[in-house]
Parts: sequence; C-alpha cells; structure tokens
Amino acid sequence: MTAQDSTVTAQPSSTSAREFAGQDGGATVEFRGVSKVYQTGQPAVDNLNLNIESGKITVFVGPSGCGKTTSLRMINRMVEPTSGTITIGGRDVSTIPAHELRRSMGYVMQQAGLLPHRTVLENISTVLRLNKVPRAQARKRSLELLQTVGLPESMARRYPNQLSGGQQQRVGVARALAADPPVLLMDEPFSAVDPVVRAELQQELLRLQRELAKTIIFVTHDIDEATILGDRVAVFAVGRRVAQYAPPEEILRAPVDDFVANFVGRDRGFRRLSFSSGESVPIHSAPTTLWDGLLQPDDDAAAATSRDSGTPGWVLAVDARNQPLGWLAPRTGSDTNPEILIPGGSLFRAGDPLRNALDAALSSPSGLGVAVDAEGQVTGVIKASDVLAAIDSTREGRG
Amino acid sequence: MQWFLANLPQVLNLTGYHLIQAVVPLVLSVIIAVPLAQLARVNKVASGIILSAGSLLFTVPSLALFVILPSILGTKILDFTNIIVALTIYAVALLVRSTLDALNSVDDTLRQSATAMGYQPLQRFLSVDLPLSLPVLFAGLRVISVSNISLVTVGSLLGIPSLGFLFTDGLQRNFPTEIVVGIVGTLLLALFMDVVLILLQRLLTPWLRTGKSISATPRSTAVPA
Repeated sequence: MTAQDSTVTAQPSSTSAREFAGQDGGATVEFRGVSKVYQTGQPAVDNLNLNIESGKITVFVGPSGCGKTTSLRMINRMVEPTSGTITIGGRDVSTIPAHELRRSMGYVMQQAGLLPHRTVLENISTVLRLNKVPRAQARKRSLELLQTVGLPESMARRYPNQLSGGQQQRVGVARALAADPPVLLMDEPFSAVDPVVRAELQQELLRLQRELAKTIIFVTHDIDEATILGDRVAVFAVGRRVAQYAPPEEILRAPVDDFVANFVGRDRGFRRLSFSSGESVPIHSAPTTLWDGLLQPDDDAAAATSRDSGTPGWVLAVDARNQPLGWLAPRTGSDTNPEILIPGGSLFRAGDPLRNALDAALSSPSGLGVAVDAEGQVTGVIKASDVLAAIDSTREGRG
Repeated sequence: MQWFLANLPQVLNLTGYHLIQAVVPLVLSVIIAVPLAQLARVNKVASGIILSAGSLLFTVPSLALFVILPSILGTKILDFTNIIVALTIYAVALLVRSTLDALNSVDDTLRQSATAMGYQPLQRFLSVDLPLSLPVLFAGLRVISVSNISLVTVGSLLGIPSLGFLFTDGLQRNFPTEIVVGIVGTLLLALFMDVVLILLQRLLTPWLRTGKSISATPRSTAVPA
C-alpha cells in the first residue's frame, strides 16, 4: 500500500464540530466519576476518571466485558451514563443534543458499518449531507478523503460489497473524517481484517494522525495494537477499573500489578524493544551479488563473506536496484548444482527500533539481518550479538 | 377466441376495474402497515396487539366482510369503496407481519452505525431501515398482490365489476368460454402485477445487483530478503 503524500484541506463544515476543538485540531475528553449500571444491576463501568489528551491517540485496551466499549460509547451518548459527567473541550456532553454531538465526532466501528445501499462516495458524504453541506461541495470533499485514506477515485461509485474488508475500513475512516471532527472514536475497527491488512491500516492511521492531530480514542483487545498505536494506553481490568493509564513503553516496562503484567503477556520484553532506537546497532558491509536467476555468485564475493561477517559462504542476492532478493547458501566443495535462492527474513529499515533489528537477525537463514535504507536498498547486514549488546547499553543508559 | 375478440372492449373494461380494485388496496396497505410494523418493532405491547389483531382480521371470511362493510361505512352495497376497504384490511393484516420481518432483517450494527453518525430516529428509519428492508418487504408484497387479484373476483358475487363477472355470468349462461377467459385473464393479471413488482424492486435496490467479482484485489505479501 502506497503512502500518499496528500495534504488534507479540511474545511470546518460544521460549526458545532469546531466549538470544542483545541488549537491542534483535537479536543480534550474528560471522564469524571462516570458509572454505567444496566437494568440487571451489574455495573458496566464503575467510577471512571480519565483525562484524555487533545491531539493524541489514547487506546482503551482490556479483555472483553471490562467496560471499554461502553466507556467509548458514552462519549457520543450511544450509551447514557448512570452518573458522572463526560466533557469534550470543557463542555458537558449531556447538554448537547445527541444527534448534533454525534455529527461532531467521527465514529469507526468493527466491520466498518458502511451502509450497503449507498455508494462509497455517498457513504463518505453521509455526515456532510446530514449537516446540510451542498451536494457538490460534499462530493468534492469526499473525493479528497478517498485519496487521503489511500483509495483510488475509481472506487467512488462502488457499493461496499464490492470492496475488500481492508478497503471498507479505509472508507469507514474517510467517512468518520468527513466533517473534520476534533474527536475520532474507533471501536475495534481493525479486528475483523487479516493480520497483513491490519498492520497496513495501523501504519496508515499513524500516518494520517501525523497530519491531522485529532483526539483519537481507540478501543481494542489486542495489546500489540495498543502499544503500536497509542500515545497513551488505558488498561481496563476485570472488575471495571482502569488498572494502568500510561504511555505504552511504561506499561511494558513497569506493569503496575499482576493483572497488567499478565495481560501484556509473555513477549512484553521483546515488544518493549519497539521503543528503543536501533541506531546504535553497527551495520557491517554485506557480501552481495547481482542475481538474475542464472549467474553464479563470483568467488570474490564469497571470500569476502568469510572475512567480514564471520558466517562463511552466505551471499546476499540483490537485484539491479540493489534491493535484497534472498540468500545463497555456502557452496560445499564439489557441489556444482545450480544455485538456489533461499527466501530471507524480515528487513531492518533505517530508523527502525531494536525490535525490528533483532527480528531481522533472528529470522534470516544466514543469521545476518539485512539492513536497508528508506528506498529499500541494501546498506549492509547486522548481527544478533550486536543487537543484544545494544540492548545492554540502553539498559545501562537508563541507569 | 371469437367470443373473446368480439367482447374485447368489455373484457378490457373489466380488467381495468379489476386492476384498480387490486392495486389501490396494495398501495394503501403499504402506507398503513409500514408505520404499524415499526411501532410493533420498537414497542413490545404494541407488537402483541398489532400482530394478534392482524391474525384475527384475516380469519373473517371475505364475502362476509363485503356484506358487513356497507352497514359500517354507510356506503351502498355496490360501491367500490367496500372492496377497497375490505382488501386493504386483508393486505394490512398480512403485510404488517412481513414488514416486521423485513425491518428485523436489517443488521442492527448498521442501525447503530447510522445512529452514531448523527441520524435522528425518523430520518434513520426513512433513509436506512426502510431501504434496507425492501428485499424482504417486496417478497411479502408479491404474495399479497396475488392474493388481492384473486380476492377481487369475490366482489362480482355482489355485482361489483371485475374479471370475476365473467365467472358468474358464464356460469349463469352455462357458457364455458367466458369462464375460461375470466380465469386466464385473472391469471395473466396476477402475473403482470408480479412482473411489475419485480421490476420495481430491481429499480429500488440497485446495490443488490453488484457482483462480488471485482472485490478482492490481489495483495502482495511482504517481499523478504
């Protein structure tokens, strides 16, 4: 999926949406003593107090039945709290007519919730049309948004059932952004798409957020998703309390109690490497050979391998643009069989954190992680032992 | 055939009367049944009353209804209004239930999605619930349309003109051709109404005719090195 360089020329199309907006395009959201008790007597949310920062992504994460979705839905009054107040930009939401409040904030749900009888363009225009924006203007803005979320204009006339799950979610995000709301509520929006598409959508959301700086409240049960997306993460625990509310790095490094420690799981040490810079990992020169599927690697390159990187014989095959294709195993003596390209592991891109560096080294058949620059061209290889050394030095750095 | 050609103007005339008596109740029943069904959907008490009243009304024999109605409505026995009102009652009785099914067929997450975007209740009902329930609603309408066409013929026992007149007249004159023309005409009329309803549904639900064939664009998995 290509990252588009589109600028968002968002015009405030509804005055109500702008009313509680801060300077950064977002608005603060505050829960004060909020409880929700259903008729069965079972509280769904119990005395919730939370300050949600403007212009940041705040993730509500927790097991099912812990009140995170209920809390989200109280913000746009899909659920009315039993007691307590919720304010947006300082205004008590219960004083704003529900339909006006909802039009002033974007809402993205699981399965996108697109209206199947409306085309993609009509779906994106929904809130604009509800706000009585003229048809032509709504259309223009919707086409812009289609581009913003990385979909071609040719999709405008399609119906939702003609799109893949990932495309539907993109339209769902575009629809939520249409009225340029300061607050975006996202209720497990990516949980129904496959892992590859989910990772794409997460990166797209982060890219969009760098441009838009909305106040995004994101509900998920996936702690990985929470640490990838969240500027702050609120871990909801069984018993309807917020166990910890902190930046994701802190939650992984210093879980406040057993519940949080268990919930963030066994790999949290590895995941926490996502928050450490991989800059300090030394990059060694790589034994490469131009591969067109026929050429044998030349002997000089093979010799260079043993000299530089301590894993004799492995040669990295690259294409004409110096992008990695795979590894060639060491040649054993009399072996004259045609060379076979062995698929490589994950890539370590310039600027990636230590987690990616370690994974690149561990997943490579040669034991050497391939480092590439922003254009995907090989800059060298990295060793797992170097990454471990870098991890040690970050620990010392923290003192 | 000769009789049919010779009496074509009269047959066409009767067909016209027949069509009016069948179509007007159909339209009226939609206007009445849709709000009733929505009321039944959101209110449990109303639901019980409406659905049992519907079942009860449908058990009243049609001929009895045709005979009773004039005294209730104060109309003359030969008035079209009697047939229209009677058939509307039957159609509503049937349609309320199938409209309720139709409205219940709409995915509740879509209702929530629409509400979350800021639709007000009536607005949402008209532009989300109703359009999405059309496929099931039309299935009900097609059954009622056929039932109406056949019920109209009963009115001819009272002397109200319709293709049913050809049955009673043919029977009295012991003239089978006329009866056959009446039956075939009624069947063709029912078939015609069905085709009209199918076309109308296709026109109103363009999103159902889009294939899924163009949906999935192939994704390239991450290129490893």
